[in-house]
Amino acid sequence: MAGRVAGKVAFITGAARGQGRSHAIRLAAEGADIIAVDLCGQVGTVPYPMSTPEDLAETVKEVEALDRRIVATQADVRDFGAVKAALDEGVAQLGRLDIVSANAGIFSFGTLAEMDETTWQDMIDVNLTGVWHAVKAAIPHLRAAGGGSIILTSSTAGLKAIPNTGHYNSAKHGVVGLMRTLAQELAPDMIRVNSVHPTAVDTDMIQNSATYELFASDLPVAERTRDALAPRFGMLNLLPIPWVEAVDISNAVLWLASDESRYVTGVTLPIDAGLLIK
Amino acid sequence: MAGRVAGKVAFITGAARGQGRSHAIRLAEEGADIIAVDICRDYGTVPYPMATPDDLAETVKTVEALDRRIVATQADVRDSGALKAAVDDGVAQLGRLDIVSANAGICTVQPWDEVTPAVWQDTLDTNLTGVWNTMVVSVPHLIAAGGGSIICTSSTAGIKGLPYLAPYVAAKHGVVGIARTMANELASHKIRVNTVHPTGVDTPMGTGLGGLEALIGRDPNLGPIYMNTLPVEIVDPRDISNAVLFLASDEARYVTGLEFTVDAGNTIR
Repeated sequence: MAGRVAGKVAFITGAARGQGRSHAIRLAAEGADIIAVDLCGQVGTVPYPMSTPEDLAETVKEVEALDRRIVATQADVRDFGAVKAALDEGVAQLGRLDIVSANAGIFSFGTLAEMDETTWQDMIDVNLTGVWHAVKAAIPHLRAAGGGSIILTSSTAGLKAIPNTGHYNSAKHGVVGLMRTLAQELAPDMIRVNSVHPTAVDTDMIQNSATYELFASDLPVAERTRDALAPRFGMLNLLPIPWVEAVDISNAVLWLASDESRYVTGVTLPIDAGLLIK
Repeated sequence: MAGRVAGKVAFITGAARGQGRSHAIRLAEEGADIIAVDICRDYGTVPYPMATPDDLAETVKTVEALDRRIVATQADVRDSGALKAAVDDGVAQLGRLDIVSANAGICTVQPWDEVTPAVWQDTLDTNLTGVWNTMVVSVPHLIAAGGGSIICTSSTAGIKGLPYLAPYVAAKHGVVGIARTMANELASHKIRVNTVHPTGVDTPMGTGLGGLEALIGRDPNLGPIYMNTLPVEIVDPRDISNAVLFLASDEARYVTGLEFTVDAGNTIR
């Protein structure tokens, strides 16, 4: 049986681990070839360890194990030239581009009154400008293919603010504005643009001591465990779960990437266990 | 390969033709058994012909050709007793209920001052109270199954104030209110509730809205409200069914409270 995105090529940023790797595997399992980029390095203001070249190599290995092709490059979404070069090279090798998952993102926290300017700027540069860079590099290839699907990773924080993450909320809200504008500008080319809005996802971006501090500063460090944090994350959701799995976001990305959604554009799709309607 | 809703049972209202039939076929293709209802009778207030018993028989035939089971009953969503009997009988025969597609609806075109009390009442009774009745008779079965997915068919008219469709717009906005409330009330039972919002769909209802162009001609400023962003004027029933399938399947296990537009970008213009 042909996969749901068989014959298509997908460009995924932040593909070394977490949601990005999950998207690469899910799309590959349904027949897509993958162009993957990831910084594989640290951003100075990010309080948890970011991905490594070994992580990206693992994504490559898992996609190839599915008998799909993958072109993976270390590239920083803040560097448009590097993103464009990586994508152009991928398209040269794989022949076309149909799907874009602008997924790369960072998380840090602090009140807006006290946040230093570098923390603000890094967040906006990666989580908002980096998304625009990925799309801008991709548009000529999607037009050449006669259409396509762009999926921007926003967040529940792109539609509803929570305190202590004002720069993240601002960037993720900005992604919605970017998505809505792109949906209009690219519709004549049959390029669809939608955003996904996860609640907390069970990845390294939340399962780390820095994020635990944000959610459990009242607990002694030794007691800030995954199990202890689960009910606190769960309180945000409507469905009785603490967090969702990366594959749940990938399933939404897959649907939006496939021709099943050929007339769906401009949607803000929450995978949020009902957080937004509470 | 197992289907994406294999082993599940879906209850679909308005299943004799159009989007409802398409949902039945798409879900059956992916492994679901079907409980189908349709009024199969004309309304005095609706100018286009409604579905017939032959239409419902055709849905049955098509689902059975996919080697799935279907229990089909002529029932009016305005009659909660008849609806309850139909779904209870379907669950008795098919064993469970997992998916609800509250799809049955009517639509008439007229300026506000030509909305008769009968048109108003029929539209609200069918498109809003009918959705409510569908939920009320279904939810006990979903709770018994340990969870489920309810998909209510709203419309771009559930988001925008489409001119010359006042009763339809009121009902379709109301569907969003029901869905949001029920998403909250039913979450603890692991029941998800979402709405789908199609733009114009190529069905007997979607193409039966005579008179709209003439009314827009009176006030061309209103025309763009009906325009899509993507260069398509109308979508196929199957496009809506694919969204229903996603929401019905476990791939959407943590998606609830969503207004899911399948509208070629109509509502973002």
